[in-house]
Amino acid sequence: MSSPTDNAGTDAPLIVADGAAMTFPSGDVRALAPLGFGVGRGDFVSIVGPSGCGKSTLLRLVAGLLRPTEGTLMIGGRPPQDARRDDANALSFVFQQAALLPWRTVAGNVALPLELEGAGRLDRRARVKEMLELVGLAEFARAYPHQLSGGMQMRVSLARALATRPSVLLLDEPFGALDEIARQRLNEELLRLWSHDGFTALFVTHNVYEAAFLSRRVIVMSKRPGRIAADIAVPFDHPRTAALRAEPEFARLCGEIGAALEKGSE
Amino acid sequence: MTGFARRLAALVLPPLAVFLAVLAVWHVVTVRFDVPEYVVPPPGGVLDAAVKSGAKLARAAWLTGAAALCGLAVSVVVGVLVAFAFSQARLVRRAFYPYAIFLQTVPIVAIAPVIVIWVGQEFRSVVLVAHIVSLFPIITNTTQGLTSVDRNLLELFRIHNASRLQVLLRLRFPNAVPNTMTGIKTSSGLAVIGAIVGEFFTGYGESGQGLGFLIQLWGGQLRTAELFAAIFASTLLGLVIFAAASLVEDLIASRWRD
Repeated sequence: MSSPTDNAGTDAPLIVADGAAMTFPSGDVRALAPLGFGVGRGDFVSIVGPSGCGKSTLLRLVAGLLRPTEGTLMIGGRPPQDARRDDANALSFVFQQAALLPWRTVAGNVALPLELEGAGRLDRRARVKEMLELVGLAEFARAYPHQLSGGMQMRVSLARALATRPSVLLLDEPFGALDEIARQRLNEELLRLWSHDGFTALFVTHNVYEAAFLSRRVIVMSKRPGRIAADIAVPFDHPRTAALRAEPEFARLCGEIGAALEKGSE
Repeated sequence: MTGFARRLAALVLPPLAVFLAVLAVWHVVTVRFDVPEYVVPPPGGVLDAAVKSGAKLARAAWLTGAAALCGLAVSVVVGVLVAFAFSQARLVRRAFYPYAIFLQTVPIVAIAPVIVIWVGQEFRSVVLVAHIVSLFPIITNTTQGLTSVDRNLLELFRIHNASRLQVLLRLRFPNAVPNTMTGIKTSSGLAVIGAIVGEFFTGYGESGQGLGFLIQLWGGQLRTAELFAAIFASTLLGLVIFAAASLVEDLIASRWRD
């Protein structure tokens, strides 16, 4: 697999929203104003916005868990439901909570999506081992989720999402419940996995620093009904290290994103 | 294993202390006020009766316990199947739920004679009574477990194109296991009561005498000490079955905990 930085933006965008909007029928709540944007193959894009601006709704549209009530949203030229049906590895989702099955071991949880798509037992075992080594949890394979810390549970969740080698990884404020140290570690971990696997990442967060550290591009959304308030490129080279957080240029960019966020919240 | 012993001790010791205290008061009152033995026998008299009729009581408790456990087992199978049907369609749930409540509210002594007419005076009629009174908690708890699945987990299964069967077998049923266990625990005591009530009405014909039969027999003969021994045997039986169910629930809950 070629490195994501070579790939990004060289061909037509993988994810394309064209006037996609969402109004929930119950109570006639307009969650998203019509949105238009594209995400290139192998890109890492963060979406930041105030609480309740429809970020999670947008992610669920991309996942095909919801259908836009206006406009279209496509992955590789197909609606997400079709993309998912045609290709079992099309996408994975990481939730706000680790969302692990409490009755399954760590290894059993990572194996779940492979089981659901009918991978053979030997393939499954090899892939689970590989994933657990990749997130540094090899010796916890037989532990149960309640025996792990929040940060470790989230790693299991990441390993599970990446076990199917998805082309698109959707992350819905996955590190929001963690303390700052665990969050920073997992940010670095996620970037390492991204350069290793070359998936296209769409990352929802309300944390400006996290968005700036991780992404190549940050989409800032306004308050509900969400629309795009700013689209900011993040110029720092990859691979990025923890030292980036101390750079003045990094602080300046965070300030810029923060200002756009504040303006959109008015 | 020490954790297991501690759990067992925590389960058994406090109620045992209450039991001993009640015994002491009972002894003092009956001896001091010279209460006639056919009204309230002293604890010692009950113990004598229990020892004398020990073999009979043990056989009866065995039979009653077997009927209760069979009734409970049938309730688990039927209850899980009904809960499964309830979880599949709201219409099914709406249509049948009132009849499930009927099971809970119908006085079992009122339908026991009907069961005798239909099924006869046999082991299986006692099992049927135990089954009817122990069914409801298993249905409601299991339905709850099958339908209250974490939304994120349902989305996860959808994103990975899980079939309905996969959602059922890998998500809904495992999710419901702790709930079903809680239902079984609640039902275990009811099943013993159901078996004893069943025996009041049906007995086992020639095939044996359960605790319910002995209670009725000795009550009618004013053999109060034996009657008390049978009552204690019934209570003990219920306690043993309930404790076993609680223990299994604990073991499962420790693995299922979030």
